[in-house]
Amino acid sequence: MPDVQPLVSEFVLKLKRRKVEGSHAVARQTAELLRSVVSQHRMGSTNQAATLADAVRAVGQQLIAANPIELAVGNIVRRVLHIIKEEDMSSTAVGIEGLSVTVDSDDEYDSEHDDRPTLSAAVLASHARNALRAPSLQTLLDDIPVSTAISRTASSTGDSDGKSKSGDKTSTKKLKHDVIAAIGDLIDEIDNCYEPISEQAVELIHQNEVILTLGRSKTVKEFLCAAKEKKRSFRVFVAEGAPRYQGHALAKELVEKGIQTTVITDSAVFAMISRVNMVIVGAHAIMANGGVIAPVGMNMVALAAQRHAVPFVVVAGSHKLCPLYPHNPEVLLNELKSPSDLLDFGEFSDCMNFSTQDGSPLLNVVNPTFDYVPPKLVGLFITDT
Amino acid sequence: MDLRRPPRSSSGGVEPKIRQVGFFTPDASGPSETPAAAAAPAAAAPQQQQPGAAAESPPSSDLSPGRLSPVMIPPPRHADLLAPGSPFPAGSDAVLATSAPVASSACFDASSAVGDDDSWSRAPSAAELEENRRGLNEGTPASIPQKPKTSKAERRALQEAQRAAKAAAKEAGLSGKSVGTASVAGPATSKQAKSTKVAQKKDVPQAAGSVASEKKTTERLPERERKKDAPHPRMQFDDVHKVEKAKKRAVVNQSEARNRVELFRHLPQYVHGTQLPDLESKFFQLDPMHPSVYKVGLQYLSGEVSGGNGRCIAMLLAFREAIKDYTTPPNKTLSRDLTAKISSYVSFLIECRPLSISMGNAIRFLKNRIAKLPHTLSESEAKASLQSDIDRFISEKIVLADKAIVSHAITKVRDNDVLLTYGSSSVVEMILDHAHELGRKFRVVVVDSRPKLEGQGLLRRLVAKGINCTYTHINAISYIMHEVTRVFLGASSILSNGTVYSRVGTASVAMVAHAFGIPVLVCCEAYKFHERVQLDSICANELGDPDVILKVPGKADLGHLKDWADNANLQLLNLTYDATPSDYVSMIITDYGMIALAECLATADKRTSHCERISQGAVVDIDSLSYDNNFGDT
Repeated sequence: MPDVQPLVSEFVLKLKRRKVEGSHAVARQTAELLRSVVSQHRMGSTNQAATLADAVRAVGQQLIAANPIELAVGNIVRRVLHIIKEEDMSSTAVGIEGLSVTVDSDDEYDSEHDDRPTLSAAVLASHARNALRAPSLQTLLDDIPVSTAISRTASSTGDSDGKSKSGDKTSTKKLKHDVIAAIGDLIDEIDNCYEPISEQAVELIHQNEVILTLGRSKTVKEFLCAAKEKKRSFRVFVAEGAPRYQGHALAKELVEKGIQTTVITDSAVFAMISRVNMVIVGAHAIMANGGVIAPVGMNMVALAAQRHAVPFVVVAGSHKLCPLYPHNPEVLLNELKSPSDLLDFGEFSDCMNFSTQDGSPLLNVVNPTFDYVPPKLVGLFITDT
Repeated sequence: MDLRRPPRSSSGGVEPKIRQVGFFTPDASGPSETPAAAAAPAAAAPQQQQPGAAAESPPSSDLSPGRLSPVMIPPPRHADLLAPGSPFPAGSDAVLATSAPVASSACFDASSAVGDDDSWSRAPSAAELEENRRGLNEGTPASIPQKPKTSKAERRALQEAQRAAKAAAKEAGLSGKSVGTASVAGPATSKQAKSTKVAQKKDVPQAAGSVASEKKTTERLPERERKKDAPHPRMQFDDVHKVEKAKKRAVVNQSEARNRVELFRHLPQYVHGTQLPDLESKFFQLDPMHPSVYKVGLQYLSGEVSGGNGRCIAMLLAFREAIKDYTTPPNKTLSRDLTAKISSYVSFLIECRPLSISMGNAIRFLKNRIAKLPHTLSESEAKASLQSDIDRFISEKIVLADKAIVSHAITKVRDNDVLLTYGSSSVVEMILDHAHELGRKFRVVVVDSRPKLEGQGLLRRLVAKGINCTYTHINAISYIMHEVTRVFLGASSILSNGTVYSRVGTASVAMVAHAFGIPVLVCCEAYKFHERVQLDSICANELGDPDVILKVPGKADLGHLKDWADNANLQLLNLTYDATPSDYVSMIITDYGMIALAECLATADKRTSHCERISQGAVVDIDSLSYDNNFGDT
């Protein structure tokens, strides 16, 4: 545990200082960090899964506290916790099956099967029940100790590969090994989230479509390029996305792929949207109520799309799906960046005096990073699960 | 985004003819540059005939024979000159067939390539030919044939033959008739107009040369004023043929931009930055251009003067100077010649930057005043009267109107308000200043957008006055709208269905405010109202310089799109205006009163009548509109 602390601190610092930004990068690095945490965790003999989970949870809380707006961190931490529980449960499930078949059980899980005799019927019943319950990210929030993990959902969302790996009951190392393997799968899933999403492109984009997007999202870019590969004809209006102006970069990439692109200013979105067939955008995070945390300006685009009855499609990898409900997201889940993006300090230095009666500055500059799009404005979510 | 209206019907040309009743002269008072073409001596003789016939058969003549008589009588002053034209009527029929195409094409070539409807071409060409005749009459008095004293029937026959020939020549081109109306300006008396026109016909075109010949559609404004129900089609720039012709007449050589957006091919887009050096080199060739007009044109080009009121005032003051220095050339009437000059100035200004609706209305007013000048006035009196008219227009319609708007709007600003404004509107700035002077406590949120970043100027001025301001960019309006209580917007124009035509981005601001339930108040002077209707922002707009989009100030590393012009797949679009639907607007504040559109939408008649009355300058009784109580306590 102690030897992993420097790594954790380093990552916490990076998050605090916003050196690492963007859901994808953050998710990936979080997963890798947690993998290191797990691999360096000294497994005790009893209740390993619980201690492992505690360790991961502690690290996770540090990370989330470093940058609460990077919801991907929390998502990944929860996924890892889920993996741990799931791995553990699959081992115990096998154990339970073994239990139901034979009276003898393996020795490793003595701690969890203390009340083994009483478990049999209830456990089997609950296990059967849980097997039928659909997977839910909500349950990931539960802080149930691993001993009662049997009553939790049996299946997992995307990492069910781990289950097969832990088919046989082996030593303590097996759990760790499985968890690490599963986290590796998670990392791969994060990296390759674009492909399953892009496969949907063909179903959405047909011929002679006009698509509008704002800012730059790698998912959207892959999406559009996939449609282009399938020889669908369409053209794209890219709104530049002040104040970062990443729309320019996206336009350049699209043009290189041979897609007809027009760059427009953000103010022209309403004017142009009447001629647009579809709006496809990326997201920073998707909340549990379906609301979308997206780069600033997206709410304006969504409202305009609703007004003109243009479908609003959000594409996002599953690492952006967050089980939290947003409360006052414009303020709490937002970040105000430097005013220098909007105003040149040198030019406006004469306005920056504080000489009013209450001492407050006459000039405030607001530069939020994110926008909240309520769920009723979104027509379709496309993810990789 | 000029004042051209979309054609009402496919046969739009028929209606104006019917309505021309006593005003055939607008059409008949053809272009001043046709004499340029008519100067071709070869076609002189045959042309004189058909113009002769044409003169007696104004476009509407086939419909109202009874009305022919007053206009068919040639002006007494030119009776002797026209008499020589009479000996040739018999032989003219044969000549007509052949020469009509020649004359028509000559006329068409000479006229500017504006207007697109074929339905217009017939009426104007008849007028054109008439002009030709007149011009020729003056230019070559020796060879002027006597005007035939033909009977009505003969003249009718001539007219029919001529019309047939013209129909054949229609393919040759355009209606080019926008030009003719240069000297029109709604003449009070057609006879005098004709007579004076003959005199000035020759001089004006020769003096003006290419400058005068570029009459664009704006010249139609005076007649449009009368023929309200006959909208003139705008110049559509995707017709290559017409664009070529327009370019030949253009003062400023503009190279069309490469990589134009398909959707906007009907609007002109030129490569910016190439115009100034070209204009400078041409300065000494532009003799008829008054230096103050030239200066204003340059100011438009460089963007120094912008904003509906600012541009309009600058233009009017330049015209005032031009009128002050104007002297009537010999053998011309002041009204005709001055109107022609004004039209040439206007077309120059259009090339610098397309007209705003406020400017178009002001030009219409000025031409109307020139036309209504009593002919008994001496030149200096006329000039003084015009100058005072201009001064009155500026002071009444702009300055006093702004004061009235401020006094109305100040009632909507309460203490602890947070007011949001977009871009930089002169009226809204005045409202904020006045409210601050009155001691109201409020905050202002200034929303700005690329590429013009006009909000920064407004921000600086407000902070200098001590108003508490918040500055943000248009993407952040959803974030900031939670704090806002009122939204004040300016407008370039209000169209007759309540659509607000203003700076691009206004629609988004109004939409988000509406979504948050915040009242949107649009402040617009009454002179900016216009009768046309626009459904979206695409049918009429102004395309700005696309290069501005890729130049982001302060971020030198954004060189992604440096070579955009070379890439056929990449286009940049820089819109200047957009149309805000009326349901986002809660109230329009004008100098005549305040109109709450939400209420008016319930009874459409009321709204249109309000807008119509506003545009016609009627006073809307504020007390009758008890709508401002809506926002009393929100």
